[in-house]
Amino acid sequence: MDKKKYERPVILKQQSGLMNKFGSATSTQPMTDIEGVPVAELAAAYGSPLFVLSEKKMRDTQQQCQRIFRSRYPKVQFAWSYKTNYMNAVCSIFHSEGSWAEVVSEFEFDRARHLGVRGEHIIFNGPAKSAAALEKAVRAHSKIHIDHFDELYELIEITTSLGLKADVAIRVNVDVGIYPKWDRFGFNYENGEAREALKRIAASKTLRIVGLHMHIGTYIMSTEPFRVAVSKLVALANWLKQQLAIDLDYIDVGGGLPSHNTLKGQYLQADETLPALEQFADAITAPLFELESHGDAMPTLILESGRALVDGAGYLISTVLAVKRLSDGKRAYVIDAGINLLFTSLWYKHKMVPAQPTGVMREQANIYGPLCMNIDCIQEDASVPALKKGDRVVLMNVGAYTMTQWMQFITFRPAIVLITADGSPHVIRKAESLEYVMSLEEIPPSLRSLSA
Amino acid sequence: MSSTQISTSLAVSENGFLFLPTTGETFTVNETGRFILRRLQEGREQQEIISSLIDEFDVEPVDAQRDVLDFIGQLRQYHLTDTQ
Repeated sequence: MDKKKYERPVILKQQSGLMNKFGSATSTQPMTDIEGVPVAELAAAYGSPLFVLSEKKMRDTQQQCQRIFRSRYPKVQFAWSYKTNYMNAVCSIFHSEGSWAEVVSEFEFDRARHLGVRGEHIIFNGPAKSAAALEKAVRAHSKIHIDHFDELYELIEITTSLGLKADVAIRVNVDVGIYPKWDRFGFNYENGEAREALKRIAASKTLRIVGLHMHIGTYIMSTEPFRVAVSKLVALANWLKQQLAIDLDYIDVGGGLPSHNTLKGQYLQADETLPALEQFADAITAPLFELESHGDAMPTLILESGRALVDGAGYLISTVLAVKRLSDGKRAYVIDAGINLLFTSLWYKHKMVPAQPTGVMREQANIYGPLCMNIDCIQEDASVPALKKGDRVVLMNVGAYTMTQWMQFITFRPAIVLITADGSPHVIRKAESLEYVMSLEEIPPSLRSLSA
Repeated sequence: MSSTQISTSLAVSENGFLFLPTTGETFTVNETGRFILRRLQEGREQQEIISSLIDEFDVEPVDAQRDVLDFIGQLRQYHLTDTQ
């Protein structure tokens, strides 16, 4: 006689008075494959934990974004936000979709050049560009977005001494009525600092103002801040035209569009509360039609989206190491991926789904990573089906700010596999080894003979 | 192994709905939970329950033992048992 299918015994206490009247659906469907490649095979071949990226999803999302913005404004240019995910394969995908590079450090600038990105297609942002980095950018004819007056004067010095001209924009920070106000970056609009900076640049002999740049924040959850910010940038552009007779090549509205992740403390699922991308596009593009004539053509709209384009294309395969109970009886799991890999779990409730069929009963459980640190909690009160040691799980929407902000702490950073458009997996970054990690270290001669 | 006595007032329905009249609390259990609970109510020893679970379900002995102990621990946590 065939035995019955086993599911770990579960008892759930029923809570009253805590019903969610919006009734977000909870799916018990496992994710057994990623883009047609079985999760079990991926983990067996490349280890666990394992980051997996989908080329198809990146391209689909980028193309959808392009369609949405280009159907609302005639000239749109995306610039791939390197800091979001600067794996060479990932950057190559976005560049092949026509994106420029948006970099915020010499390290990222060099990566873009290494990939063959033309200098004039690199936007150099950030508050900390070294003199050497600025010189590189000037020589490459990149677009330098000036963050503060010290940088402005340094750039005048560099271009003057090199006898070269530079195409520049200023980053403008604007009050859009949201918290936090990102006024630590760029020149302020409301107090007139931005106008002073533009006048100073216009008076220089080596800098040419080609654009205005803003970036109002990250994971902006409503459209109005974008409308307000772009309106202010358009007012500044019109002032430039009237007062300094300067025509702009572009308006760069930065990034900040949200992904499908739900924030900690957010009651409803992100997909149920966030505006659609089309609504963000409406808010961003509508004020641009208030621009006064800028030469023969409208300025290009530049978008530096990163999170919204790549987060959904990233998956993290992980394995259940232990099933525990906390002192109050609450279920807890230890999995082999922690905040060393998912820094983003400090603010996101990453969706976690099993990679094999499970029972339908779900328990509230804390999901802990493998680090021997109390802070290593991927999620508290996650609703998960009964899992057992050795089960695989897939954490969703982990393509942004994970592979660039991960930590090498007490263990190695795992491999990253890209499922290419033809459905085949390729390692795009190898798992680290002890030799790799220790190759940067030196032991002083006086310590070499010591042994435990 | 010790036997575990389930609170005599606990009502268990056929579809896994539990009601404790003394506190008004309600619980739900899945099929394996109900299987274990029934046998505890019948006064079976833990080892006997583990063996019958292995006979009835497709489960490794080590998993069955761990899960039965964990489940009884959870019953205790909810004050549904008296260990003798």
